[in-house]
Amino acid sequence: MMVETLQQLLPGFLIPLFNGLMQLGQDTFGSAWPDIVTLVWTVVKAMLVLAPLLGVVAYATYGERKVIGWIQIRLGPNRVGPLGLFQPVADGVKVLLKEIVIPTRADKAVYFLAPAFSFAPALIAWAVIPFNDFLVLANINASLLFVMSVTSISVYGIMLGGWAPDSKYAFLGAMRSAAQMISYEIPMGLALVVVLMVSNSLNLVDIVEAQGRGWFAGMGIKFLSWNWLPLLPVFVVYLTSVFAEANRAPFDLTEGESEIIGFHVEYSGMAFAVFQLAEYTAMLMGCALVSLLFLGGWLSPVSFLPDSILWFLVKTFGVLVLFYWVRATFPRYRYDQVMRLGWKVFIPVCLVWLAVVACWMLSPLNIWK
Amino acid sequence: MADIQNYSINFGPQHPAAHGVLRMVLELDGEVVVRADPHIGMLHRATEKLAETKTWIQALPYMDRLDYMSMVCNEHAYCRAIERMLGIEVPVRAQYIRVLFDEITRILNHLMFIGSHGLDVGAMTMMLYACREREDLMDCYEAVSGTRWHAAYYRPGGVYRDLPDGMPQYKESKWKNGAKLKKFNEARSGTFLDFLQDFVARFPKLLDDYETLLTDNRIWKQRLVDVGIVPPERALQLGFSGPMLRGSGFAWDLRKKQPYAVYDRLDFDIPVGRTGDCYDRYLVRMNEMRQSNRILQQCIDWLRANPGPVLSDNHKVAPPRRADMKSNMEGLIHHFKLCSEGVHVPEGQVYSAVEHPKGEFGVYVISDGANKPYRLKIRSSGYAHLSAMGEMARGHMIADVVALMGTIDIVFGEIDR
Repeated sequence: MMVETLQQLLPGFLIPLFNGLMQLGQDTFGSAWPDIVTLVWTVVKAMLVLAPLLGVVAYATYGERKVIGWIQIRLGPNRVGPLGLFQPVADGVKVLLKEIVIPTRADKAVYFLAPAFSFAPALIAWAVIPFNDFLVLANINASLLFVMSVTSISVYGIMLGGWAPDSKYAFLGAMRSAAQMISYEIPMGLALVVVLMVSNSLNLVDIVEAQGRGWFAGMGIKFLSWNWLPLLPVFVVYLTSVFAEANRAPFDLTEGESEIIGFHVEYSGMAFAVFQLAEYTAMLMGCALVSLLFLGGWLSPVSFLPDSILWFLVKTFGVLVLFYWVRATFPRYRYDQVMRLGWKVFIPVCLVWLAVVACWMLSPLNIWK
Repeated sequence: MADIQNYSINFGPQHPAAHGVLRMVLELDGEVVVRADPHIGMLHRATEKLAETKTWIQALPYMDRLDYMSMVCNEHAYCRAIERMLGIEVPVRAQYIRVLFDEITRILNHLMFIGSHGLDVGAMTMMLYACREREDLMDCYEAVSGTRWHAAYYRPGGVYRDLPDGMPQYKESKWKNGAKLKKFNEARSGTFLDFLQDFVARFPKLLDDYETLLTDNRIWKQRLVDVGIVPPERALQLGFSGPMLRGSGFAWDLRKKQPYAVYDRLDFDIPVGRTGDCYDRYLVRMNEMRQSNRILQQCIDWLRANPGPVLSDNHKVAPPRRADMKSNMEGLIHHFKLCSEGVHVPEGQVYSAVEHPKGEFGVYVISDGANKPYRLKIRSSGYAHLSAMGEMARGHMIADVVALMGTIDIVFGEIDR
């Protein structure tokens, strides 16, 4: 499969070279060669997703500082490079060169495992995110389920990070985040059940495609057919839960820099930076999911414009800017208020809308046929 | 079954929300505060003792450094104490200027309050908006005293000098040039009073902006309403004053109840709260800024119409004019005596209090007739407010402790002295 794809994609003068390479491999490795090719190709594909992703994550920090800077009548980073564009690079160099101070009583193995535990799931989940109808690393059937299960592992990173350094502040942060992330996974899951019902699939590509069909789509105003409008309450719940799940303001109690400083208070240097990278990766992940599940992914909003990966990027970054905007605007919730919102408001709303949508689908007014 | 014990954590002195150097030992049951025990003394600079070794005038700049968020109000209490012991009259214009600067300081302090309170509760942007307005007001400080913070502008017998005729202008730079520079300098082209008039005209609109951002914000209300309730009787018992007392619904304001300077000639209201929670105290302070703005407007109008002296002509207390000193024997002697020996304050004791942005700020001085105080005692409002911390925080969560610190509006300079 990969061989044919490459033969199509490569420029003409490289094809003889490529064929020669394949022949050489076949001669050297014999029957193991197809497996090796698959392995290498998978790694290359993964790199093609990861490398740009990490770049985007680095510049998401820059974007956040600029956007919040404008909101707060500041300039934002403007010293390193033109418009401060090299600031993320400078930050990266700085954290790499900094010493990682390990608290004396820390459990060292767990201490270093924790950042990895929070970063890895955030990256793995990107394997199933489709950028358009064919650009997807692994187009598996239950990709929605995969995303849910993988992202919920990241809570371990935070819990271990809070537990390992044997600090009361970090531990408080870890406790908060464990409760918060688990609580908000329930409304999130329920919201996804509704999406799953109307699109009749767990596959993200199918979910997006299903949003391109409908009464409004037939009239050419496709953006009214996307899930956000018929599932508006669920959309709001999901969007808010994404904020909570990514530990972003106004639900950033895990960090709560004015109260408990955060689960990563005992981390420094690169170990700390990995937690930050994980947070931003998870946040981007949330934005991508919102745009896929509710905002029609790569579908264009009106029928006279073509569908394109650009739409997906525009929607994702649009939601990302919303994240920044909210952070600059709202105060932080208190721990018990976050819990109350999750359990007493979001879960009932989701359950009610689940029932409403189920009845709607059974009624003759069903719009998702 | 294992015994579940409460645990205690050290909140500060190195904590991003500790407002300076507050150290608080919190005993926690989960996230709920069982006991909050504030420890003080980490910013102790022995101001009271130092004042005993300095002449009366030399001790004046220490007052700025007490509550470093409301600088000249502290000076006002100190100068009034000396003036009362000396029994001298302060020119009316000087009193108006003092009121003007007291109110500028009140706005400065309350802006800092909503900024840092916002920051504590997580509304980061408020701080930067507040600092934008503080910038203009600190420019006022700079224009009259040469420094943006520790002004040392008041003197026994008046103020150091009259309001200036011009404001410093922005110079051309990479960030401010062309039309932008012109816009920035537009308000600064006239006199000091023109500049302040421009601010007074703009300020209510800006306050409305802040209210949009915070007052009706659901999260802001959830974080502040019913947190740290102090009933009015209890507030009196705890020795509260200022917005903390008024937030509990007690209309006590020294500017009205024991008018000093020219407050009895000015028209303003005292905002009071109803329930005595953090939200009421926030509203009281927001309203106080509007009232201060009204007072500023009245002072500007009066000061425009009434030129006159700003320092007492009693040269045993206030230095003579420079020209007199150069040409006049008596002036030279006065100048020399004042600058070497300082003022001799007659024997006696006096307590003078002003309505400081945070509450009642009092200076109690005992003089033995020498050129320096025999004893100086400072009554700071923050000390009484902080000592109620344990009572207010009990039963609330950690995040509320931070909100409470914001609402008390602690500045350690005045608590530790």
